Amino acid sequence: MTILVIAEHDNKVLAPATLNTVAAAAKIGGDIHVLVAGQGAGAVAEAAAQVAGVAKVLVADNAAYAHQLPENVAPLVAELGKGYSHILAAATSNGKNILPRVAAALDVDQISEIISVESADTFKRPIYAGNAIATVQSNAAVKVITVRATGFDPVAATGGSAAVEAVAAAHDAGLSSFVGEELAKSDRPELTAAKIVVSGGRGMQNGDNFKHLYALADKLGAAVGASRAAVDAGFVPNDMQVGQTGKIVAPQLYIAVGISGAIQHLAGMKDSKVIVAINKDEEAPIFQVADYGLVADLFEAIPELEKLV
Amino acid sequence: MKVLVAVKRVVDYNVKVRVKADNSGVDLANVKMSMNPFCEIAVEEAVRLKEKGVATEIVVVSVGPSTAQEQLRTALALGADRAILVESAEDLTSLAVAKLLKAVVDKEQPQLVILGKQAIDSDNNQTGQMLAALSGYGQGTFASKVEISGDTVAVTREIDGGAQTVSLKLPAIVTTDLRLNEPRYASLPNIMKAKKKPLEVLTPDALGVSTASTNKTVKVEAPAARSAGIKVKSVAELVEKLKNEAKVI
Repeated sequence: MTILVIAEHDNKVLAPATLNTVAAAAKIGGDIHVLVAGQGAGAVAEAAAQVAGVAKVLVADNAAYAHQLPENVAPLVAELGKGYSHILAAATSNGKNILPRVAAALDVDQISEIISVESADTFKRPIYAGNAIATVQSNAAVKVITVRATGFDPVAATGGSAAVEAVAAAHDAGLSSFVGEELAKSDRPELTAAKIVVSGGRGMQNGDNFKHLYALADKLGAAVGASRAAVDAGFVPNDMQVGQTGKIVAPQLYIAVGISGAIQHLAGMKDSKVIVAINKDEEAPIFQVADYGLVADLFEAIPELEKLV
Repeated sequence: MKVLVAVKRVVDYNVKVRVKADNSGVDLANVKMSMNPFCEIAVEEAVRLKEKGVATEIVVVSVGPSTAQEQLRTALALGADRAILVESAEDLTSLAVAKLLKAVVDKEQPQLVILGKQAIDSDNNQTGQMLAALSGYGQGTFASKVEISGDTVAVTREIDGGAQTVSLKLPAIVTTDLRLNEPRYASLPNIMKAKKKPLEVLTPDALGVSTASTNKTVKVEAPAARSAGIKVKSVAELVEKLKNEAKVI
């Protein structure tokens, strides 16, 4: 059995989610190869070669792969992937975009967002926004799987010494082109990788009030998230959304501020190790999952919390 | 141009589902069913394209049981012109649905196909991408903005770090994210009119598509319950607990 893991990267840095995906591959067992498809992504390939447990790194360097366009990357993965027992990618926006295209090209069903490996062909994954957990078995020759990062502790980023090999195949389907992107710039840790997450909901009342959360987050070295209600109300941008359709996080500490706790939000954070809820409504459903609940006015509690931590 | 919209009948998003005692699935008996919320956004986007004069005809398609006609009628009431149901009582995988939709695409030859990014029951997030692969079309997934100009469509996509815009040659596949638009409600006169709009029923056999699957659901369980903890009385007590009891700060 040899497993192909698709590296998540921006041509410069290997994204941490790749380490969780390699961890899932290690649980399945067998040799692990990592594919770095990109342009000028030499540093990413070097980083991937050092990841613990990786036997080989394949590098497909081509302008067609620069922006991870699925029309170009999926045929490459499908072509290379035919000889593998499993193809794994992180369930990031890239992985979710590319991998079903690979599965269809290989004529196999995909298994999305696994949270555990039961055996080489059987996996667990959440359905109905995490309100049920399905155990799914695959008899596909090549098992195509996306991995929810929070389900697997990352492998070490160093310690490996894999061979790096160039792949000649180049696919430019000519169907799509990259126009531009607007990426949020922040000095805070990335939401899905942060050890502490502070999230605000509708109770924040407006976007300006999120400054209280940013101040607290900076003191804790935390990332800042938001509920769908806060995003829909325009308080903060969509990439901060934690929940079923946003980011799935499982930090050591999750502090929910002014969030009532709709099931869609809980689906995105209930695997956090410790949950703190601060809400003035003592009936808010968020208290049913919180380890520590504080019924208080957040505009008094948050500045005080910032002072005391 | 012709726009094809795919919709799915799913458990209503307000329903808290329960797992069946025999772990064979979730209990859907006497549960309210609705159009998948992302599919509502897909229908709305198509209707707006028609209102702008970009789309000339909206065909709505669903793959599912005969009761999915309800959701097709809803889409017709919202502004779709005609409907197709590919009827199957089986629980089909995303790949099977994508193959059936591909057969409908071959038949209808739309310039744009709009789907929801995922269904809130299986949470697969696969069908649109698979349909794009099978059709050989470009895909604009997780769309927050769709702009047609000539023979291309510019799709702004919600990605992990922010937003990305890609340009796709038409025909193309778009899957909707939450902020693409806010779906309207159907008016009573439109609901009445929708009853008279054409609704064609097809079968996978008639389309010549095999719905065989490589996946098997072995069992479905309730997730590990998380029990409520304690209420603290003050911020000072909270900080003390986090430092000394939970040891997370």
